[in-house]
Amino acid sequence: MNIPFDIILQLFVVICAVAAITVRDLLSAVMILGAYSFFMCLMWAQLGAVDVAFTEASVSAGIGTILLVAAVLKTTRRTKD
Amino acid sequence: MIGKSDDIIIKTIARIFVPFLQLYALYVIMHGHYSPGGGFQGGVILGASMALLLITHGYDELKRRLPEGVLLLLGSLGVLIYAGIGLLCLILGGNYLDYSQLSVILGVDAAHARSLGILGVELGVGFTVMAIMYSIFFDISTGGILPEDQRREGRVEGER
Repeated sequence: MNIPFDIILQLFVVICAVAAITVRDLLSAVMILGAYSFFMCLMWAQLGAVDVAFTEASVSAGIGTILLVAAVLKTTRRTKD
Repeated sequence: MIGKSDDIIIKTIARIFVPFLQLYALYVIMHGHYSPGGGFQGGVILGASMALLLITHGYDELKRRLPEGVLLLLGSLGVLIYAGIGLLCLILGGNYLDYSQLSVILGVDAAHARSLGILGVELGVGFTVMAIMYSIFFDISTGGILPEDQRREGRVEGER
């Protein structure tokens, strides 16, 4: 049985997206969102859009995660709901 | 969060990493016109390297290396470079950002002038994105309250 590579990547993307909105700890949610961005970046690269993949890796997985971590540290780490 | 880290491992790793990060960012900016990447991505990587220095080496060190005035100057200089190159092309008789008109000034043929013109625009974008990304991170992590203001008021908050 030979599963295509993009199916596996899409599976990881969906798992990361669901995990990021269900997890209670906000710092963990930020980290999972970074992993989500990285898998999206791999998916863009696999689809041939290398420039989009580069932007996704540097902006979303790089500085977006840093900004969200800074925001979590300035506010609260636990969700109210 | 912007205090100096006490851990020698974190500080040493950051000190080793930051020059390579910045070299890679400069490579991404300079090769933006014939490979993936460009001013925006390279500027983001430069800003991230500055943010790494800020969270490991502290605010005082970064204030010495990159004062806020220089940051504002870089941010507006990039916009000036971008708009200036565009307006220069407009003055020389072409459309806005029509780089082939720059061949009169640079003394090269039109294709080479296009390459050099887009390199200038990428440099401007890189400066602005680096300064703005770093200052967004700085403003979020301090909450707008600088450590020197707290020191002046005589209350020193514990480092996070």
